[in-house]
Amino acid sequence: MTMLGRLNVPPTVEKGQPFAVRVIVQHPMETGFRRDYDGKAIPMNIVDRLWCTYGGREVFRAELGSGIAANPYFVFYVVARESGPLAVEWSDDRGETGKVAADVKVA
Amino acid sequence: MGAAEPARPSPLENGSEFQSTDLRALQADDFANPMALWVDRGRALWSAPRDGRSCAGCHGDAAASMKGVAARYPRFDPALGRVVDLGQRIEACFRPAGGAKLPAESDDLLGLTAYVALQSRGMPLAVSIDGPARATWEKGRALYFTRVGQLDMACTSCHDASWGKTLLAEPISQGHPTGWPAYRLEWQRPGSLQRRLRACFNGVRAEMPPYDSPDLVALELYLAWRAQGLPLESPGVRR
Repeated sequence: MTMLGRLNVPPTVEKGQPFAVRVIVQHPMETGFRRDYDGKAIPMNIVDRLWCTYGGREVFRAELGSGIAANPYFVFYVVARESGPLAVEWSDDRGETGKVAADVKVA
Repeated sequence: MGAAEPARPSPLENGSEFQSTDLRALQADDFANPMALWVDRGRALWSAPRDGRSCAGCHGDAAASMKGVAARYPRFDPALGRVVDLGQRIEACFRPAGGAKLPAESDDLLGLTAYVALQSRGMPLAVSIDGPARATWEKGRALYFTRVGQLDMACTSCHDASWGKTLLAEPISQGHPTGWPAYRLEWQRPGSLQRRLRACFNGVRAEMPPYDSPDLVALELYLAWRAQGLPLESPGVRR
């Protein structure tokens, strides 16, 4: 299966007001410092970039390091300007990508 | 087994009662609970056809057909001729005839188990230990009171005699298996009750029983009986 994620935005938002965007990304966030039971190093594998677009404009971007726990959970706030698509995308250090999207309705 | 068998803990307290407020809130939040990712996977698998068949093809809507099922497991399965836990029952059903086994602790198996267990959330555990399940329950009870490992401890040493106290930085629970499969922060991923039990064996420096061994299933049955009446809270979140 491809990389899974979950996205949550309020059903309707008030124009000009900030609203919470909640995202969970399924990812092992392997630090590269661990070893398996045979003593072999487990290679690093982390989501290193995550960004959010809203109405075609980038509104949030994060750069992640190996200190972030597995299956990272993000909450950030975006100001509601107009109804439109909101998408969160991410990519890991092996080039795997994922995307979740929702429609924002401004009341 | 000691002659003076201690009574069940009273009052019975669910596993989440021994977790921090933050973790309880995370478990209660259907969006932020990290198990939701695996529940989503299980929901997708439920209706995904394999060889022209699917879970939904026989069982229909899980919300109706699987309601209360997880609360009755582990139970004796006439077709398999032994007591099985929920994950084993799902695995036996899911695997095509002659096909490869779904590996223990695989994302697919944990996802399906979590999805099925979710349909029984809030329902009281009610396993049957009568009839053919009796012998397995007796075995589980014997294991529960048997001291093992270099630390020479039995399950009862902590979970009856010392629950509510702390072990290093962790509160000791009453050992009720109500939240599984659960997301364990220590593992950074979900795991089954079998994995959790193996971790306890490892903790007292005993040999870990292999996955799906009769010993683990017997212990699961005894623990479920011991917790009867407590509401299921899967998919749980644990330290």
